[in-house]
Amino acid sequence: MRFGSQAWIWLNAAAVGLCLCTLTGLLLLIAVRGLGHFWPADLQLYAYLDDAGATRRVLGELIETETVSRRQHRESGTALDLVPGDGPLQRLVIKTGNRRLDPPDFAHIFEHRIESVSAPPDAVVLERVEWGNAHGEVLAVNGAAHGNGDRLWQAFKQRMEAAHRVRETIKALAGTTLEAAEEERRRRLHRQLDANSFTLRLANGRLAEVPFGDVLRAWRPNRMNLAEKLGHYVETFWLFLSQPPREANAEGGVFPAILGTVTMVLLMSVLVTPLGVAAAIYLHEYARPGVFVRLIRIAVNNLAGVPSIIYGVFGLGFFVYLMGDAVDQTLFRDSLPAPTFGAPGLLWASLTLALLTLPVVVVSTEEGLSRIPKTLREGSLALGATQAETLFRLVLPAASPSVLTGLILAVARAAGEVAPLMLVGVVKLAPNLPVDGEFPYLHLERKFMHLGFHIFDLGFQSPNVAATRPLVYATALLLVAVIVTLNLTAILLRNRLAWKFRQLS
Amino acid sequence: MLQTPIADAAQICLRVRGLTVAYAEEPALQGISLDIPRHQVTAFIGPSGCGKTTLLRSFNRMNELIEDARTEGVIELEGCNIFQAGVDPAQLRRQVGMVFQRPNPFPKSIYDNVAYGLRIQSSSSRAANLDQEVESALRRAALWDEVADRLDAPALTLSGGQQQRLVIARAIAVKPAVLLLDEPASALDPISTLKIEQLIHQLKSNYTIIIVTHNMQQAARVSDFTAFLNAGRLVEYGPAEAVFTNPKERQTEDYITGRRG
Repeated sequence: MRFGSQAWIWLNAAAVGLCLCTLTGLLLLIAVRGLGHFWPADLQLYAYLDDAGATRRVLGELIETETVSRRQHRESGTALDLVPGDGPLQRLVIKTGNRRLDPPDFAHIFEHRIESVSAPPDAVVLERVEWGNAHGEVLAVNGAAHGNGDRLWQAFKQRMEAAHRVRETIKALAGTTLEAAEEERRRRLHRQLDANSFTLRLANGRLAEVPFGDVLRAWRPNRMNLAEKLGHYVETFWLFLSQPPREANAEGGVFPAILGTVTMVLLMSVLVTPLGVAAAIYLHEYARPGVFVRLIRIAVNNLAGVPSIIYGVFGLGFFVYLMGDAVDQTLFRDSLPAPTFGAPGLLWASLTLALLTLPVVVVSTEEGLSRIPKTLREGSLALGATQAETLFRLVLPAASPSVLTGLILAVARAAGEVAPLMLVGVVKLAPNLPVDGEFPYLHLERKFMHLGFHIFDLGFQSPNVAATRPLVYATALLLVAVIVTLNLTAILLRNRLAWKFRQLS
Repeated sequence: MLQTPIADAAQICLRVRGLTVAYAEEPALQGISLDIPRHQVTAFIGPSGCGKTTLLRSFNRMNELIEDARTEGVIELEGCNIFQAGVDPAQLRRQVGMVFQRPNPFPKSIYDNVAYGLRIQSSSSRAANLDQEVESALRRAALWDEVADRLDAPALTLSGGQQQRLVIARAIAVKPAVLLLDEPASALDPISTLKIEQLIHQLKSNYTIIIVTHNMQQAARVSDFTAFLNAGRLVEYGPAEAVFTNPKERQTEDYITGRRG
């Protein structure tokens, strides 16, 4: 008996431990893979034998080392060079960049075929406007070698900065009216960007002439010390947070997705709270207990179990097509047949998720209401307060921690939901932000980007899945961070209120 | 059976006639008739379940909050039947304040607790001198000196005795005519109890006080008139001294001498 109960406790503890380990492992994996992507890793020059027996050179950063069984190696048809022994073989995955210049951008090299590895100090990484990073060595700027070494690098940096300024000017012009003179100026600036170029030597010895206008940033990782690398890391990470995506989302940042997620969740909170609280008040305070109320309660609880995609379908049918169309018919008649609210957008997505999370808020609020002691309500009524006054002045404030608990659960669920959003407002790439400086600042009808959908898009819809894989992890980490932040805010608020109403009961 | 120890009808504040209350057809009070004098302390005593709390809660119509509660009969407050159609229970409760058995301060500050009823009553006219009203109520409840420097502190940080006086201050802040006290000291220590009893003495010059108590000594100490109830009926009602020293009924004598109850 005694042993039995001990074993039971250990079993429980083991289950908790397993859960914790899984969670920690998951977060650690996401964090390491996601955050590691932005680190300016050293570039290595690998000389190796390819399948045909010829020596090839690639310049790139080591992504990971894979273990390949001999059988797999043999069956792949490249088993000409088996090294003695029967252990598995090691294969290096090198990110060589240089899409378009020297494809493919990932090299898979067997460790035993590597002839030499070196770290050329002048190796440079270029973040290009298109086609991802490029690796190589800068040989000349505008055809002039500038005496090589640091002088050349200085000249290169100067040109880079000039190009950056021109690009900023073009960006500033983009918002203004496109009059002929402005258009001419823009064209001139673009020509100016393309006029200057530098010579890049690739690892295979080929030379490429690259216009400065094609390059956003450049750095020489092998010459950077730890402090410089840290600085570069922070800058890269900040750009990831603050920039819009480029290159079919495969490059650039995720700012619109962060903003979209946060805006949608906040709007959802604003919509679900009054709705859920009102429903809970009716069920708990006013409705006469009976079969009808029991039925409603069962229905509300079952709503929480409906698959979220069903909500998406409902949102599309009811909110977008029915209500959206009605809104367009009455308020936006002028712009018909082009839909304003009759198309998926921020408002409908938030409403759909508000519906999805409604049961959580209702149940939690009801629990909070039932925890307010009867003596407190009687105390208020005995002072001449009506039931409504008691509710609004006393019961609801005291129950607010429970309302917030419900909201916390709702936010946690809504922020991670993707499936219904794909039907009612989320897009791969939104032309505008849902919040900007233009009246009315919050654009309820706009489509928006979402971190959850962004992960799906990067991982499965991208033309270059291997290159976007680290971004999947980074975006996943961000999504977790956003949810944790939203939750922490609500939890802090709740704890403040709970402290205020402590000792109650 | 009507019992009234009050000769002068002008002195009557509350007049109860034929009051019968039943919970789900289970009678709790049967045919109670009595008169409560103005600006005096009237105590209801009796064994548990005798209906004294039910009687007390009839005066401010709190029984209506209980489902299945049914009331018959008449209670007149200064000549007006409180059960009459058109009487707003909320309005009635402003005239008939109540203090409960356990201190039930709201989870708000001391100040907000006292101001609660005032704020509900009127938004404009009283708001100006709200501070004054709160101070005066706290002074009358003999609590001002203890809380004057921490009016913004949560009411729940006060001791049990202070909380009970705060609840009394909250009740008298809305200036009721009648104050109902439902075993106000049963959850308190002897010193706090003493303070409450002193307070009752001070308050009776301005309020008609009705107190329900289990404590015989307390009833004898604080009340001017005492009613003994048993099994939902009024057994004996008269000046406290007479009831305690020379009860007319055998039941009363048995109860107050501790032979039953």
